[in-house]
Amino acid sequence: MTLRRYHAAVWDEPLVMEIGRPGGRGVLPPAPIGPTAGLVPEGLRRERPPELPELSEFEVQRHYLHLAQETMGMMGISLFGTCTMKYNPRAGQAAVTRPQVAELHPRQAEETLQGLLELIHGLDLQLRELSGMDRFVFQPGGGADAAYTHACITRAYHAARGELDRRDEVITSIQAHPCNPATAAAAGFRVVTLPLEEDGYPSVEALRAAVSDRTAALMINNPDDMGVYNPRIREWVEIVHEAGGLCFYDHANFNGVMTRIRARELGFDACMFMLHKTFGVPKGGGGPAVGAYGCTEELAPFLPRPLVELDGGRYRLDHGGPLSIGKVREGWGNVQQVVKAYAWTLAMGADGIREAADLSVIANNYMEQRLLTIRGVTRSHPDATTHRLEMTRYSLGQLTEDTGVTAVDVQNRMADFGIDAMWLSHEPWLVPEPFTPEAGELWSKDDIDYWIDVLAHVCEEAYEDPELVRSAPHNQVTRKLAPVGLDDPERWATTWRAHRRKAGLTGVR
Amino acid sequence: MAHPYMANSAPGVREEMLAAIGVADVEELFEQIPDAHRHREPIRLEPALASEADLTRRLRRALARNRTCEENLSFLGGGTWQHHVPAVCDELVDRTEFLTPVWGTPSSDHGRNQAWFEFASQLGELLDMDFVGLPVYSWGCAAGHAIRMASRLTGRREVLVPRSIDPERLAVIRTYCEPPELPGHIAVTAVATDPATGRIDIADLRAKLSEATAAVYFDNPSYLGVLEADAAEIAALAHEHGAEVIVGADPISLGVVAPPSAYGADIVVGSTQPLGVHMSCGGGAGGFIATRDEERYAREYPTLMVSLCETAEPGERGFGMMLFEQSSYGSREHGKDWTGNSVYLWTVANAAYMALLGPQGFAELGEAILSRSHYAAGRIERLPGVSVAFGGFFKEFVVTFERRTVAEVNAALLERGIFGGLDLSADFPELGQSALYCVTEVHAQEDLDRLADALAEVTA
Repeated sequence: MTLRRYHAAVWDEPLVMEIGRPGGRGVLPPAPIGPTAGLVPEGLRRERPPELPELSEFEVQRHYLHLAQETMGMMGISLFGTCTMKYNPRAGQAAVTRPQVAELHPRQAEETLQGLLELIHGLDLQLRELSGMDRFVFQPGGGADAAYTHACITRAYHAARGELDRRDEVITSIQAHPCNPATAAAAGFRVVTLPLEEDGYPSVEALRAAVSDRTAALMINNPDDMGVYNPRIREWVEIVHEAGGLCFYDHANFNGVMTRIRARELGFDACMFMLHKTFGVPKGGGGPAVGAYGCTEELAPFLPRPLVELDGGRYRLDHGGPLSIGKVREGWGNVQQVVKAYAWTLAMGADGIREAADLSVIANNYMEQRLLTIRGVTRSHPDATTHRLEMTRYSLGQLTEDTGVTAVDVQNRMADFGIDAMWLSHEPWLVPEPFTPEAGELWSKDDIDYWIDVLAHVCEEAYEDPELVRSAPHNQVTRKLAPVGLDDPERWATTWRAHRRKAGLTGVR
Repeated sequence: MAHPYMANSAPGVREEMLAAIGVADVEELFEQIPDAHRHREPIRLEPALASEADLTRRLRRALARNRTCEENLSFLGGGTWQHHVPAVCDELVDRTEFLTPVWGTPSSDHGRNQAWFEFASQLGELLDMDFVGLPVYSWGCAAGHAIRMASRLTGRREVLVPRSIDPERLAVIRTYCEPPELPGHIAVTAVATDPATGRIDIADLRAKLSEATAAVYFDNPSYLGVLEADAAEIAALAHEHGAEVIVGADPISLGVVAPPSAYGADIVVGSTQPLGVHMSCGGGAGGFIATRDEERYAREYPTLMVSLCETAEPGERGFGMMLFEQSSYGSREHGKDWTGNSVYLWTVANAAYMALLGPQGFAELGEAILSRSHYAAGRIERLPGVSVAFGGFFKEFVVTFERRTVAEVNAALLERGIFGGLDLSADFPELGQSALYCVTEVHAQEDLDRLADALAEVTA
């Protein structure tokens, strides 16, 4: 196939702090309506104005539109695995930009928020049906925050039973998303990490050896980020329950199993869905997001508050009882994203959601047929021969061994063809030079074929002209990073002022 | 019929792909899932609305039941504030390039990474601080992380917070500080508020500071709206005891109010929502963390951080993630707290907002707000049976009712199309029947007159 010509927009856009002129104005605040002298206490008035840009309104608009153009995002083909890149319907976006969502305050009287509460409750019911759980809360601001919520609920649950001082361990696997061990640790637990066996998941024996009367919870994803499903997961849950621990299902990789399995029926006490992945909500480059946390009736008293209740046709907020963990963040959550997710479930319906799962798994297996014919590409855990679900973990280790070209080099070179980064793997890398595409239900067969054609082309280039790939990208906004100094206090700079000071540039105060 | 969100649902595509895989039935691809794990009943969701017209009608019908701060006159604040959102900010956060992506290569994400860097850089100017991380979920989460940073830095396990702190933010902080049964527990101790001024009681602060104090946390302006005139003294006292000083700041005040670094803050946190983000019933929340650019602080940040760096092309700028190894992505449970999806889209609105306002805009905005809030308070405190509890405020102030409950006042105001101030009576019983009124640049003088006239009626 002939690959299309592509070149990213290049504006050499200066920093916003470098443009403008003294006295330039972008927006004008309204005039004061009275005197303000003396209203700020002595010594607390700002003495020196902030060194912010001074630009016209158009210049600010154009600057950030240039930066938008210098961001590929979803304008090409992004099969960023583990993130389930899917269509973010404009209908939901249009709904939440209306003042009936955008111009609401969370402390308004409940009677003025009935429409929003109805939609939140609506999604709660949809997710209960999809998971078998009894109750959902939308306060967590992302998947990691939902994992943190679970760690906090685990604390409260064991504290209520007088066992928290003893139950101080959370068990997870090396293949679980880093947010599981990290949030467990931040909540105060010790983390026990199980290694994988040949078939791609930890053994039941390893789990049995890990549980004890110190076990507070299991936090695990399934299928994992390699598309591998642990067929003994019910047994796992039973083992942890017997030891007195709670079981949390990180459903980050729900897309391939939607409508086929329900977390509650596998025995889990709680689960988490990422509305910004599986449920069609835009990712925003990293939020605002929602980790929808669902649990059993037994754990519901521990949920963060408020919860939305329906009483006799009227919605109200329940601000919680004595067992609630309180709050993991202010407010009820990123409710505009809840509305979009609910809209997505309505647009899809149960049949549409099942079809999305089917198409995701079909697309992944279709890709695998073609990818494994490319020289230099192998599959992780070759002994596990069953079909993977919505993702497969591959390795470019052979390619690197043959040519010296790494997975990162390949990512950079694919970006020259309008294909944004494929996901590699979370730390630690269990296979050399990993990569993990996820096609999902959005991308057409044509897109998927094109993606594979580009990877095949780049792998060929690696064998024929490795320097071309190693020095990529060539058609992008910038050349590849020279990430020198990012961990050096003498050079790093999160702000322009810090950079100017360290680089000895003029105009430093 | 093909579904509009799924290209491969068009007739024949599924079959073509299955044939390429070499399976007859899609179920064969799910062979990893044991039969006993499968849900056998149909999933019963609401009927599908695959037509956009039907879906939009359904959403609009529900949303029409809401009453908004646009068509009513709202004086609600307390951490979520109604400020003017410039139209340019709305355009930018709706651009698909910013709205929908996750992560690309440093070169193909260059524009977005630059926007992130400009967010941090401009916030650094407002705060007069050199080191700013990417934001976290909310102000309370930023405060929680900052307190944990201070605890790790000092090896101490107590934080002092003012009695007047936002109860919601305090609930988040308590979550972050872990329960007493756990070894990582950080005790949260309240410092009394002076009943005359609403400010921190310095004598009580002196009494509670000790060699166990990891940090003193306070907001400026406080939750009750009052500017902490003794901020420098509070910071100095904390430093005398070797404690870190963490200040929660409203960035929109910083055109007229001194940045916390000027009076001794070590770590500054606050909300990003006022900077060009709609309230969205609390969905506009975001929290920032900033410090001096010192290694001891930098190495405790749990956030992602974008640094200016170079590319392979001499003289070309790039942006890279710095100190990635200390994040939970880099080091799992050995990282600093955790990171993940946050509120990065809002940084684009925040960056554009700060660039639009500029130095002059922040100063004028501060004056506009000060003049309005004090005008409103001046009219309200002349009403019989109504008083304003504390002076020296920025945009929020406490109104106390002698003859009515806040609930009664707010119900009567609601009938008149006014959302009255946030009811403080349950959380701050010592203030009696009091409400927190928030006045910003969105209020015209006639709106404030209308409020005062309505209050006169409903409290008569």
